[in-house]
Amino acid sequence: MDPGRTYDVLVAGGGNAALCAALTARSAGASVLLLESAPRHFRGGNSRHTRNLRCMHDGPAHPLTGSYRAEEYWQDLLDVTGGRTNETLARMVIAGTAGCRDWMTAHGVRFQPSLGGALHLSHTNAFFLGGGKALINAYYRAAARLGVEVEYDAEVRDLDIADGRFRGASVARDGRAEAVRARTLVAASGGFQANLDWLRDAWGAAADNFLIRGTPYDTGRVLRALMDRGARTTGDPTQCHAVAIDGRAPRFDGGIVTRVDCIPLGIVVNARAERFHDEGEDLWPKRYAIWGRLVARQPGQTAFVVFDARARGLFIPPMLPPVEAPSIRALASELGLEPAALERTVAAYNAAVRPGAFDHTQLDTCSTAGLTPPKSHWARRLDRPPFCAYPLRPGITFTYLGVAVDERARIIWQDGKPADNLFAAGEIMAGNILGQGYLAGLGMSIGTVFGRKAGEEAARRARN
Amino acid sequence: MPATSTGAPGPGRLPLPLVEEGRHAARICNACRYCEGLCPVFPAIERRLDFGERDLRYLANLCHDCGACLDACQYAPPHPFGVDVPRTLAALRRASYRTYAWPAAPGGLFERSGLALLLGAAAAPLLFALALGLLAGGDVFLAPHRDEQGAFYQVMPHTAMVGVFGVLTALAAAALLVGLRRCWRDFGSSAGAAPDRGALWQAARDVVTLRHLGDGDPDGRAVRRWWHHCTFYGFLLCFAATSVAAVYHNVLGWPAPYPLSSVPVLLGSIGGAGLLVGPAGLLWMKLRRPPERQDRAQLGMDLVLLALLFETSLTGLLLLAARESAAMGVLLGVHLGAVAGLFLLLPYGKFVHGLYRVCALVRCALEAK
Repeated sequence: MDPGRTYDVLVAGGGNAALCAALTARSAGASVLLLESAPRHFRGGNSRHTRNLRCMHDGPAHPLTGSYRAEEYWQDLLDVTGGRTNETLARMVIAGTAGCRDWMTAHGVRFQPSLGGALHLSHTNAFFLGGGKALINAYYRAAARLGVEVEYDAEVRDLDIADGRFRGASVARDGRAEAVRARTLVAASGGFQANLDWLRDAWGAAADNFLIRGTPYDTGRVLRALMDRGARTTGDPTQCHAVAIDGRAPRFDGGIVTRVDCIPLGIVVNARAERFHDEGEDLWPKRYAIWGRLVARQPGQTAFVVFDARARGLFIPPMLPPVEAPSIRALASELGLEPAALERTVAAYNAAVRPGAFDHTQLDTCSTAGLTPPKSHWARRLDRPPFCAYPLRPGITFTYLGVAVDERARIIWQDGKPADNLFAAGEIMAGNILGQGYLAGLGMSIGTVFGRKAGEEAARRARN
Repeated sequence: MPATSTGAPGPGRLPLPLVEEGRHAARICNACRYCEGLCPVFPAIERRLDFGERDLRYLANLCHDCGACLDACQYAPPHPFGVDVPRTLAALRRASYRTYAWPAAPGGLFERSGLALLLGAAAAPLLFALALGLLAGGDVFLAPHRDEQGAFYQVMPHTAMVGVFGVLTALAAAALLVGLRRCWRDFGSSAGAAPDRGALWQAARDVVTLRHLGDGDPDGRAVRRWWHHCTFYGFLLCFAATSVAAVYHNVLGWPAPYPLSSVPVLLGSIGGAGLLVGPAGLLWMKLRRPPERQDRAQLGMDLVLLALLFETSLTGLLLLAARESAAMGVLLGVHLGAVAGLFLLLPYGKFVHGLYRVCALVRCALEAK
């Protein structure tokens, strides 16, 4: 980083969208400085934890099976967002995913068929060989080859914006503040889900019991700076995507290995040892994203999924073994629950289980009768020891709030005018397209398509 | 179906912290699964729920140490989960070598690379040459030899050569076979099914093509595979050269040395070239690995075998070049000593990885069906 120099493009962020922007701008001839706030080992933001991107395609195309047409993609997006999406931008992303795999491959990304536990995504999502960190590493190698200047441990703390024009940024590096100048900015620094104070503003004290599944470096500082300077926002400011994860996971960065996937195979109780939602409502891939919020509403933001020996081997085990005990009573003691209460809940559930043909791979006929809340599928008596449990907490994946952009990735001011030389890509603007809900692999699609678009536009703006 | 897993002890116990480290990594990999497409280790992990010592030894010997999973790992150090699958499996692999070694006492050489190197690469050639010189007498040992047939046997009688190397070969073969059997009983036959033709064929193809060596390597470091091919096939060609020469001598009655255009010399020269280029290339690649992939404990063991192969080949080629000069006797002694050192150390060094890797590949082919 050279304080005496004016770069064509300053990229704030170091994940997928930031790299797509940096590579594209550099390929167009622009001088590019990429500022990653994390140290080198933790570079890549939450892209490090991703594993695929959702792609439209009209026929089988490695590694995708079948077809996934633009209209189908759009309908899926409409379903999960309940219409809270910008159709122009959404369709632009969808169309952009058709061609981006070639570009990714050319920059070192490799693909593989759908992972074993995610076969239901084989026709919609292209999986990265080795996952998101392998992708990030490939992009950083490409950036080094092309001559993108990269700084780690360099956090953009504030933006120098005068009369709506970006002039430079204040950067914290080695504990010192430095100024850097650039002709354009690409803001690609993610959401604010790792900013505990901000989470507390939105959710109150409950936020203290949330775990953050990804990087601790997504503090939303650039997002806040843009909001303070008058950028229009989009996406629900009070919502985040959360799943139920192992309550013993670390506060940050536990990632996929803390996910608990056995909820349909057991019952879930809160700290009072009471059930609170239908565990067998629908197939797990369609329901896992609601359990973060369900647990967040329970006392102490905690819950426990209880199952017995029958469930063993039917789900992908999280990294930590479950709490195990020979009886429900003993299990309750281990979990710190009132033993009699848990015994009552399990007994009531067991008594309500109706005979059926169990099949955990589809909506089966095992359900309860006369129980509130019911368990609609996969209901089997819990009576075969050892009895097991995972403690659950809400694990936050990402936040929805972002800056509004137009189809050229330009940030839009509150007066509706697009900014002259400020662009955004990735999670910081994903709320334009995903205002709420969740669609697997969409974040990487938005980051890739808008990252490339922002890089292209920023390079053009800087060199004209 | 998950493969059966037993915590039942195999031939020996692994150190507990190492087992815990292996189990920790395997559980995280089993929950993550992002590396599933990189190599067969990860699908093998996914077929299991628990990871006993046998499972860990199997996974360790299935790993080809390409490093692609460390590059891709979101939990690699300095992440607090500290997952370093290549390093953990390398340590488990070394421990398994010790576990399978027979007799147990020289198995200590697996961890004492310096001593092994001293014995095999320095002491054996020097002592062998010295003994040969003393027994043959200075007149014969230091005299120039025309390219006459039987010149080698003036320095060391044929029966002595056959006797010494027959015994060494038998010792090495016996120790290797016991190790192979222990390994197969540990994690091979516990698959519950006898290897069928399909599994053996699959494993054979994986061995001769080194399919998993370098697969999934982000920088196309599959070049390592070619260095390994040079080493592996170089070794086989040298072995073939010796076998053809034995037929020449014992069946056809043609004593060595043989002309440069003869089959044993051609095979030995090409194989010898492979054994110079291959080990040098492999060592070069190991030394220029990025810091997070440097593993000193592993490097020592690798270095011993590579040095022994390189030395055997180098002295053999020097002997070929100087076999008419006065240096022939010394070179013959040094070369035979190097071969003797190599043979003695085969069962107690990196060489065994080939045998145990085959067991792991057969098991993998069996359980992947």
